[in-house]
Amino acid sequence: MIPAIAVIFAVIIFPWVFTVWMSLNDWRIGMSSEFIGLGNFQMLATNNRFLSTIPRTLYFTFLSVLLPVVLGVFAAEVFHQKFPLRGLLRGIYIAPMMATPVAIALVFTMMFHPQIGVLNYLLSLVGIPKQLWVYSADTVIPTLAFVEVWQWTPLVMLIVLGGLASLPTEPYESAVIDGASQWDMFRYITFPLILPFLMIAVILRTIDALKSFDIIYVISQGGPGTASETINLYLYLQAFSFFQIGHASAVVIVFFVLILALAMILLVARERLRWNR
Amino acid sequence: MESVAQVSQFDLNYRLKKLLGRIGLFFAVFVVVSPAIFVFLWMLSLSLKNEIDNIAYPPVFIPSPPTFDNYFKIFRESNYVLYAYNSVIVSGAATLIALVVGVPAGYGIAKGKAQGLGMLIMIARITPGLSYLIPLFTLFRFLGISGSLLAVTISHLVLTIPMVVWVMISFFEDMHPELEEAALTDGCNVWQAFYRVAMPIARPGIAVAAILAFIQSWNNFLFGVVLAGRETRTLPIAVFNAMTFEQLSWGPVAAAALVVTLPSLLLTIFVQRDIVTGLAAGGVKG
Repeated sequence: MIPAIAVIFAVIIFPWVFTVWMSLNDWRIGMSSEFIGLGNFQMLATNNRFLSTIPRTLYFTFLSVLLPVVLGVFAAEVFHQKFPLRGLLRGIYIAPMMATPVAIALVFTMMFHPQIGVLNYLLSLVGIPKQLWVYSADTVIPTLAFVEVWQWTPLVMLIVLGGLASLPTEPYESAVIDGASQWDMFRYITFPLILPFLMIAVILRTIDALKSFDIIYVISQGGPGTASETINLYLYLQAFSFFQIGHASAVVIVFFVLILALAMILLVARERLRWNR
Repeated sequence: MESVAQVSQFDLNYRLKKLLGRIGLFFAVFVVVSPAIFVFLWMLSLSLKNEIDNIAYPPVFIPSPPTFDNYFKIFRESNYVLYAYNSVIVSGAATLIALVVGVPAGYGIAKGKAQGLGMLIMIARITPGLSYLIPLFTLFRFLGISGSLLAVTISHLVLTIPMVVWVMISFFEDMHPELEEAALTDGCNVWQAFYRVAMPIARPGIAVAAILAFIQSWNNFLFGVVLAGRETRTLPIAVFNAMTFEQLSWGPVAAAALVVTLPSLLLTIFVQRDIVTGLAAGGVKG
C-alpha cells in the first residue's frame, strides 16, 4: 500500500510544487528562467484581459449550476416513479455525461449554425426568430452554458435520486392523511430532506463548471473576440499558445484559490443547513 | 342504493385521476429524456446523410436513402484506424495502471481512515486539469519523450488514478470488516488479507472503477491536444482536427464523432446500474 500511496503523492504533489515554483519565475519555453518573486501576480492584478475572464467565468458557472439543479430535481422526481423501461431510459438520460465532450461539442456546433442549423429551424416552427448563438457576444455564454446544462443535468439527477431513495415514508403517509397536495409534500417534506444531497450536487457542479474547457474550446474557441474566454481558456492560451509558463502558473494558483474559496463557501453553507435542521 | 351510486362515482373519479396522473408521468418522462435522445439521433442522422442533405434548409430529418459513405470516408481517407488503436492502448494502459495503484491505495485509505489523504484526493478533484499539464509538458520535454504514446498514457494517469481511488474508498468503507479480521487472526498479514479476502469481494467495485476510469481516459481531449504528436493522436483529437483543418463537412465529422463516443455510450446504457453506483462515489469529470 505504501508504494501505491507514494505514486499518488508523486502524481498530485509534484505538479503543485513545480507550479508554485514556476509562478515565481519569469519563464517562457525556449528562454532562460529568472526568479521574479510575486511579479507574475502583480502583472495579473493589472491585466485587463485576465481580469475580465473572472466575471465571465462566474456568469457561465452560475448558469451551469442553477439550471441543472432545477431541472435535475424535476428529472429525479420523474425517475423516482415507476414506469416501463425505466432502467433503459435512465441509461439514455445519463448518456450525455458519459459521451465524449468533443463529439458532443461538434454536433452542437452544427446544430447552432445560424443559417442552416436545426435548432433555429425548430425555433422557427414555434415562431421564434433565428438566433446567432455562439456568433454573438451577447448570447455566446448562455449558449455554451446550454450545452453544459444538457450534458451535466444527469449528474444532479443521479445525486438527488440517491437522496430520494433514502427518504423515510412515514411523513408522506401522515401528509396524505392530512390531505396535503403534491406540491405541499414536495415543499415541506421532500425539499428539506434532499437539501443536503442538493448541496453536494451544487458543490460538484460549481467546481466542474469553473473548470469547463472542452465544450468552450471546441465550440467557440473563446470567441467572438474574447467574449467567451473563461479563466481556463485564458490559462490554456497563455501556457500552450504563448508558452508563458511562469505567467500561466500564476494563473493556475489564482484560479485554484478561487475554486477553493467557492467550494469552501458552499461547504460552510452546507454545514449551516445541517445545524438549522 | 344511494350509497352504491356514491361509491361508483368515487371509483370513477379515482380512476380518472389515476389515468391523468399516468398520462402526466409519461409526458414528463418524454420531456426529460427527449433532449438526450434528440441530440444523439441528430448525430446519427447527420452521419448517414450525403452533404447536400446535410446543408439543406429546412433540415432533412430522415436520411433517404441512408448512406454509409461518411464512415467509409473517415476510415479510408484518414488515419482513423491508427487513432483508434492509440486510444485503445492509452486508455487501456492508463486504466490498468490505475487499478494496480488505485485499488490498494483505496483499501489503505478506507481501512486506515486516513482523512488527510482523503483531503489530498479532494484537492485533486478540484484542481483544473490544465495545472497538471504545465509541469507534465515541461517534464516530458526534459525527458525527451514528448509526443510519445508513453507520455500521453502517463498524463492520463492524472485522471484515472483518482477515479479508481474514489470509487474504491467508498466501496471498501461499505464492506464489513469481519472477514479480514478473521483472516488477520488466522495469521495473514495485511497484504494477504487484502489480496485474498478483500479483493475478491470487491470485484464488482473494481469493475465499476475500471469502466469509469476507462471512459474518463477515452473521452479526454485536453491532455492529448497538448501532448500528442501527429502519429500518437487519440480519437477525440483526431475528430477535433477533422473539424478545423479540413473544410467543415458535416457528414464525416458527425460520423467520426459518433465513432469516438460509441464505446462510452454503449457502456453507459448496458451497465447503467453499475455506473450509477460508481458515479455516486466518484462524481466524474477531471
